[in-house]
Amino acid sequence: MTPDVILFLILAVVAIASALGMLLSKNAVYSALYLILNLATIAVFYLLLGAPFIAMVQVTVYAGAIMVLFLFVIMLLGAEQLRRARTLGWQQPVAVVLAVVLVAEATYIIFTKTSSLPDIEAAEAGFGSPQAIGELLFNQYLLPFEITSVLLLVAMIGAIVMTRDGKKKE
Amino acid sequence: MVPVSYYVALSAILFSIGTLGVLIRRNAIVIFMSVELMLNSANLLFVAFSRLYDLEGQIFVFFVMTVAAAEVAVGLAMIVAVFRNKRSIDIDQISSMKG
Repeated sequence: MTPDVILFLILAVVAIASALGMLLSKNAVYSALYLILNLATIAVFYLLLGAPFIAMVQVTVYAGAIMVLFLFVIMLLGAEQLRRARTLGWQQPVAVVLAVVLVAEATYIIFTKTSSLPDIEAAEAGFGSPQAIGELLFNQYLLPFEITSVLLLVAMIGAIVMTRDGKKKE
Repeated sequence: MVPVSYYVALSAILFSIGTLGVLIRRNAIVIFMSVELMLNSANLLFVAFSRLYDLEGQIFVFFVMTVAAAEVAVGLAMIVAVFRNKRSIDIDQISSMKG
């Protein structure tokens, strides 16, 4: 086993454990904190895969901005825990069985069909750097980039309209 | 060197945990966080394959992150609006249209 594989396995255990922690925590605040740990681990994976720019965006946008918004809404609504009021008792075991089936068939397909794929080598200098990403983004993908700004504007207006109190009409 | 199928397997496991979260949790915010986990597992796979083939996978991950940020803003606004009407974000309580 090379050091690369050992590092991958340790990080993978952390990622899966934090995802399970998010799934199983009773308190929504703990779920959010576990998800932040998971997102940070995935940022480390991005660094290993030669994507430093994407890793930094992951930490600032996902683990920073988006999760702060989640924590803010959880605490604003006081929705850390729900009262026990189960209406569909049979649904939970069925969901667990279906998820296990999903993992099993995905693992089967991965390890029988992807054996011809090459290994991931260490990245050469400059691969995935902000300069390389920026050149590709502003030359070849300029139109999608501009459409993204319109999308963000629409999302901002939509969020304001939906949370506004509709009664003040005058 | 790490085989790329390891990354595919990790991504599949994280995606399945996200699916399970959507199916078994009743807190709407936790369901939303599970959707974020599924998006992230797909992003991981995009970056892994961009290492093998081309840089354009990373561009796609960039756009997925932007769309996810927009989705979170609108989705959390919807959750706040539902909470105003129902006084709860338990999705089992949101059954007004049940026949």
